[in-house]
Amino acid sequence: MSQRYRLAGAGRVDRSSPLSFEFNGKQYQGYRGDTLSSALLANGVHLIGRSFKYHRPRGIMASGWEDPNAQVQLESGGHTLPNTQATVTELYPHLRATSQNCWPSVEHDVGAVNSALSRFFVAGFYYKTFKWPRKAWEPLYERVIRRAAGMGKAPAEEDPDRYEHQYAHCEVLVVGGGVAGLAAARAAADSGVRVMLLDEQNEYGGALLGSSGESIDGMDALDWVASTVAALRENPKVTLLTRTQASGYYDYNYLVATERVTDHVGPQPTADQPRQRLWKIRAQQVVLACGAIERPQVFADNDRPGILLASAIRHYQHRYGVLPGKALVVLTNNDSAYHTAIDAAAAGVHATVVDVRPAEDIGAADRARKAGVVVLENSAITGVDYRVKRGIRSVAVHRLSPDGESLVGGAMHIDCDLIGTSGGWSPTVHLHTQARGKLHWLDEHLCYVPAQLGGNSNPRRSAGGCNGALGLAEALAQGHAAGSDAARDCGATTASVSAPAAQSNDFTLGKIRPLWVLPCEHPVGMGKKKHFHEYQNDATVADVQLAHREGFSSIEHLKRYTNTGRGTDQGKLTNVNGIALMAQARRQNVPDVGFTTFRPPYTPLAFGAVIGQNTHDTFIPARPTAMHPWHVEHGAVFEDVGDWKRPWYFPHSGESMHDAVQRECKAVRASVGVLDASTLGKIDISGPDAVRLLEMVYTNAWQKLAIGQCRYGVMCNEHGMVFDDGVTTRLGEQHFHMTTTSGGAARVLEWLEEWLQTEWPDWQVFCTSVTEQWAVVSLNGPRARDVLAKLTDIDLDEESFGFMRMREGQVAGVEARIFRISFTGDLAYEINVPARYGRYVWEQVMEAGAEFDITPYGTEAMHVLRAERGFIITGQDTDGTVTPMDLDMDWIVSKKKPDCLGKRSWTRSDTAREGRKQLVGLLTQDPEEVLPEGAHIVSKVLPKPPMEMLGHVTSSYYSPNAVHNGSTGRSIAMALLKDGFARLGDTVDLALIDGRHVRAKVVKPNFLEEAGDA
Amino acid sequence: MLMIDCPWCGRRDQSEFSCKGEAHIARPVDPFALSDKEWGDYIYTRSNPKGEHAERWLHSQGCRRWFNALRNTVSDEFIVTYKPGEARPDTSAAASAEVSP
Repeated sequence: MSQRYRLAGAGRVDRSSPLSFEFNGKQYQGYRGDTLSSALLANGVHLIGRSFKYHRPRGIMASGWEDPNAQVQLESGGHTLPNTQATVTELYPHLRATSQNCWPSVEHDVGAVNSALSRFFVAGFYYKTFKWPRKAWEPLYERVIRRAAGMGKAPAEEDPDRYEHQYAHCEVLVVGGGVAGLAAARAAADSGVRVMLLDEQNEYGGALLGSSGESIDGMDALDWVASTVAALRENPKVTLLTRTQASGYYDYNYLVATERVTDHVGPQPTADQPRQRLWKIRAQQVVLACGAIERPQVFADNDRPGILLASAIRHYQHRYGVLPGKALVVLTNNDSAYHTAIDAAAAGVHATVVDVRPAEDIGAADRARKAGVVVLENSAITGVDYRVKRGIRSVAVHRLSPDGESLVGGAMHIDCDLIGTSGGWSPTVHLHTQARGKLHWLDEHLCYVPAQLGGNSNPRRSAGGCNGALGLAEALAQGHAAGSDAARDCGATTASVSAPAAQSNDFTLGKIRPLWVLPCEHPVGMGKKKHFHEYQNDATVADVQLAHREGFSSIEHLKRYTNTGRGTDQGKLTNVNGIALMAQARRQNVPDVGFTTFRPPYTPLAFGAVIGQNTHDTFIPARPTAMHPWHVEHGAVFEDVGDWKRPWYFPHSGESMHDAVQRECKAVRASVGVLDASTLGKIDISGPDAVRLLEMVYTNAWQKLAIGQCRYGVMCNEHGMVFDDGVTTRLGEQHFHMTTTSGGAARVLEWLEEWLQTEWPDWQVFCTSVTEQWAVVSLNGPRARDVLAKLTDIDLDEESFGFMRMREGQVAGVEARIFRISFTGDLAYEINVPARYGRYVWEQVMEAGAEFDITPYGTEAMHVLRAERGFIITGQDTDGTVTPMDLDMDWIVSKKKPDCLGKRSWTRSDTAREGRKQLVGLLTQDPEEVLPEGAHIVSKVLPKPPMEMLGHVTSSYYSPNAVHNGSTGRSIAMALLKDGFARLGDTVDLALIDGRHVRAKVVKPNFLEEAGDA
Repeated sequence: MLMIDCPWCGRRDQSEFSCKGEAHIARPVDPFALSDKEWGDYIYTRSNPKGEHAERWLHSQGCRRWFNALRNTVSDEFIVTYKPGEARPDTSAAASAEVSP
């Protein structure tokens, strides 16, 4: 029969809107307004999956995020979402879900053999068993364990859904839309501040949605909810977000929340809405109204499907019209669970309460008995008769001894198919503790509540259930006060609206009895029955005792040893039970054993939501140059340099990368090549103290540089180590144009600013980044002058425009600065034009160069060409431990200057010592052998590492131009080598990672016979 | 995510700033008058206090100006920010004023 556990006329589901859905291949019916769990329970399906370690059958325990086991794999393909909580998955048409962690099916699970072997699968089993041999870990143990102890499966395909991020600001942020949250939002909104109200559910009301018979301000409580929400909705300063879970609370009241925008309508790849939206909210004041979560009792076989939190049964009854049993037994240590029995009895279900407390402590017994509920005092459930196929059939009940630690008399059996359990309530303090809040143990309520706040950077209040206020009136009053106090602390004038008044006949805890584990016929952990204190990770009371015996009695050790409170559970349901059991084992009071740290996220977050829109083309900003479209049209292969897109090489059709690079390198030396050098960092430096600045940041002298002259410079940090280099040109008496490496532009500008702002604030210098303002066409090769001459009337002959000079004039009709500087060692001109003309001038250069067979080349050829002349690339041939002297560049260090950054460090004992690594060239014995960059030079080759390392290869290429035995073409390399300069002419050994060993001759790094311009 | 009061711009999100290490370490006027040890202390040795720490910060995604801040390294709270060149504020008086009734 379809939906045989659906109650007639009850609940908030839409009976006119039936939906069909599929679970484990079987079709079922539910209604719009159901969750997957309420629809499954309506159909009598309790069994959802298998447990993590023992593969025990597990079912739905709760009605919200706190459920430890009702997790399914939702949908398939790219849309699939593993570890989806059935309890919060809203039903949509044709939803498909499957069980996790079972094979071949949830009813017949092979892994259940673990349960029979549970003697061996105790806490710490994996740590103890799979320690050795080390080699077996990755190929064997990890693979087997991951499959056996897995949860859902990660999608193998790309996620077709969209996600987005949104930032928001408000004065008062209220987390939780139950009565306390609504009262807080109303009070804050009435005083005129901007309010955001978040609730994880699809509708407001919180715990009220799962109760009945309450009224507020003289109306039915849910009508009060509706009218309050309507009033908030009309207020333009209030933002209401449902289906939105605040999962992280960070410093300075910065909270992260996930809005499930279209999850409730199912996969909709064409929809213009994102699937989820991640909110990043900064609030002046926060009101936490997250409610409380009921705690299960720990008793024999308390993990059977069909055992639910007492409050969850009531929630399913009133919210969804589902009462998933015909005979109910409620096990409790407090009064609140009596509501479940009374309401079930009213719906015609036979209900029994097994209460561990003596009769005199029970406040709710009379009303329950009047409602037809059987109440057994001083008793406990000591066994559950359960079969996978048929579910729960009965429970065994014993009377307890006065101390509650043993049993009196024989067992009584009660037929039932549904069990509710309540061990008290745990305020949801997760966000409070994430915000560095402390906790306070309330012994009379057996729960932790937020402690008084001191001054801190996260101004917030807790109200309602999460503050320990379990009764309706108290929650309303706290919420109202918190909302108006928060608004007042934002500087608002608080409105004089009075707090809503509740008319409630609800039981709260009454006199709760701390019995953390209920006995059965055999000692806990010694017989067949298991007492789970933690369901998601299969941790039992016996595991806690074992952890204590083995010395893992710190609460943080317990957490790691037994996995208590880890995974998606994060201590929602059972943390307090675990702590209390350890306190018992240590013979201490609960607050004395401490509390584990709750970390964000409170509920699992989809990776898609974390990534948001930052994927594919919007993953990272791309910086194209002005010539970029030309490069694309001409088939360039691009390389990312910082954020820049740079042509790496320009392959002709059918050419490999190697072929293209060799051709480009040859063409530059033979005729002329052209490089897009626009990415070069450029800084405009001006002011009366500009020279003074250059004198301090560069190692060489700048006073006498004439206007129109260029000079190469190296920058060192205060440790004396090279960190950038480039050419700087004097444009005017107090005006310079500095260039830096492409990747170092921002770093160098920041370096200049750091000194100017923090150390020399009285110096008058402006530094302006002009990298983006200039496009740079770099012409290189013996025919460079011939090409440029066709485009400009500037006199290019050696006398009037020599090396390291700059001239201003027109190139192809565009105002340009031409720098005669060279990174290839050949004749070269760097033509700088305003970026908007970059592509035009590039095309003119290509046209003018056509008769010389001009060749565009990319960064790879640029690297080879500079290495042929031994020019360094900072960051490749240097690594932050290299001085100018180590680079054989003493010539760049002024001996006359009294000071510059880093200078003092060159005479420190370590910088001045013998035996430093120095930059040299390497020629492999086999000219065709191209060394891998990073290859180690060793003092002596041994069969296997370790070997004494003398240095490493920093740059290595095959150069078509390098001279070898009278012809050209061979492998070239640069290396940092211990005492490198003293080893010139020596042969060194290199041990390669593939096990081979190669010999190379140490040379000066200049691999061309004929010297060019430099 | 911290909120930082840039003395030039006002309160902004942490993501606009970079932390630049300990503040109030002046570059020696004559580095060559220092021994290796003294110079080594200037470039390498930093305090690592538990509690109040004077730091340099850069509003790198904003006005690009440098400033100093006193931050509590335990609670991550910014106690005060101030401009370069200003003396480190004395917070002991303010702290004792807070606790006195």
